Amino acid sequence: MEYRLNLPVGEEDILKIKAGDTIYITGLVVTARDEAHKKAIEMYDEGKELPIDFSKVAIFHCGPIVKKEGDEWKVVAAGPTTSSRMEIFEYDFIKRFNTRIIIGKGGMGEKTAKACKEFKAVYAAFTGGAAVLAANAIKKVKDVFWLEELGMPEALWVLEVEDFGPLTVTIDAHGKNLTEEVKQKAKEIAKKIEF
Amino acid sequence: MKEKIANEIANLIANAVIDLPKDVEDALRKAMENEEEPAKTQLKAVLKNIELARQQRKPMCQDTGTPTFYVEVGYNFPYKDIIKDAIVEGVRKATKEVPLRPNAVDVLTGKNSGDNTGLHIPYINWELVDGDECKITVMPKGGGSENMSTLKMLKPGVGIKGVKKFVLEWMVEAAGNPCPPTVVGVGIGGGADIAMKLAKKALLRKVGERHSNKEIAKMEEELLNAINSTGIGAMGLGGKTTVLDVHVEIAHRHPASLPVAIAVQCWANRRKSLKIDKEGKIWNID
Repeated sequence: MEYRLNLPVGEEDILKIKAGDTIYITGLVVTARDEAHKKAIEMYDEGKELPIDFSKVAIFHCGPIVKKEGDEWKVVAAGPTTSSRMEIFEYDFIKRFNTRIIIGKGGMGEKTAKACKEFKAVYAAFTGGAAVLAANAIKKVKDVFWLEELGMPEALWVLEVEDFGPLTVTIDAHGKNLTEEVKQKAKEIAKKIEF
Repeated sequence: MKEKIANEIANLIANAVIDLPKDVEDALRKAMENEEEPAKTQLKAVLKNIELARQQRKPMCQDTGTPTFYVEVGYNFPYKDIIKDAIVEGVRKATKEVPLRPNAVDVLTGKNSGDNTGLHIPYINWELVDGDECKITVMPKGGGSENMSTLKMLKPGVGIKGVKKFVLEWMVEAAGNPCPPTVVGVGIGGGADIAMKLAKKALLRKVGERHSNKEIAKMEEELLNAINSTGIGAMGLGGKTTVLDVHVEIAHRHPASLPVAIAVQCWANRRKSLKIDKEGKIWNID
């Protein structure tokens, strides 16, 4: 199935999506890599106010190239980064912020799948490296936070996107994890190969 | 002369991050045509992205990599002393003008240098060769695929069979992380450092080009077919093409050691070369 979603999305929208489906999203997407995940969780636990309501946006594992033209930031290239690095943070992140859509590449593990099931979220893969395609769907850089402290790749870039995709859902809110299944099957096949 | 070379290096880097070599693109197109969903959608997106990057003169991937250079310098090439400075200058210029993502981070402080230069970066692999010309190749090496590189010191008793098994198992474990379909470089023998150097240099070979040694060529095809038969597929979503090619290089080993290094390159298998002659004439080569 193919879905076009407008953010923010509710639990009902999330529950109809199945692993293997393609989605395109319109709304606000916020980039967050290792450092941003860590900082957001720490700030929440210390009772500090976060600059963004992460429940209303999609999180994008991405370290973009951004250029300043006059007063405005322009995204040059913005493909996904490897999501497995965020595996150690994602359960805690989704639990605290109730984010519904996580976007990255390469798939995520058991803990993220558990969070998606418990808190009704999905993980979707944007084609790795397809940075120009992604940049073309970004209409505007709405804001940026933590730029000074974390640097260009790690900052929180708030992006207005239109029909951002294709995103292949690999973890749904029903406990299915497509890339993990593919990997387990591949391991079985590899075991039987004789050289 | 230094400025002239630096400008050409900056252009070379720009072309490398914008324009994917034809052999890689052709292999991706062939993979897309043979593929089913959801991998087909992914490969179509990759091909469309390659086209858009060329049209808009933008880097095809936001990770413009660690600037890595291979320099073959002739014994009688007259500008040996300025090549290193020209490369560093070219990297700084390309970072500003393309722009490239600043990817050089201080190991101790975590601070990004901002211009893609730093300790040992850009990294230059030097080779002295006969003649009076100089060949410079840039390989912008992405971090996601680099993280899936590895080295193992195998026990010589496991033999070549053990080497193949290790490569297969490792690429299954890497799954969708290095942005498949990838190109895999394998270095066997030498020592730990030699194996890894060979593995990485093997990535410069064109997709479809086999090793001149028939036995190695056969091993490359065997590994290519074995990895693809596991069905990891584009971006790890399941499919027929996990690797576009496997390139193996070997060195004689110590009797007690069997080093095997694996260097993985994402579908954005970026590389561009130029040559400089003794008169200072510079031209791009395929």
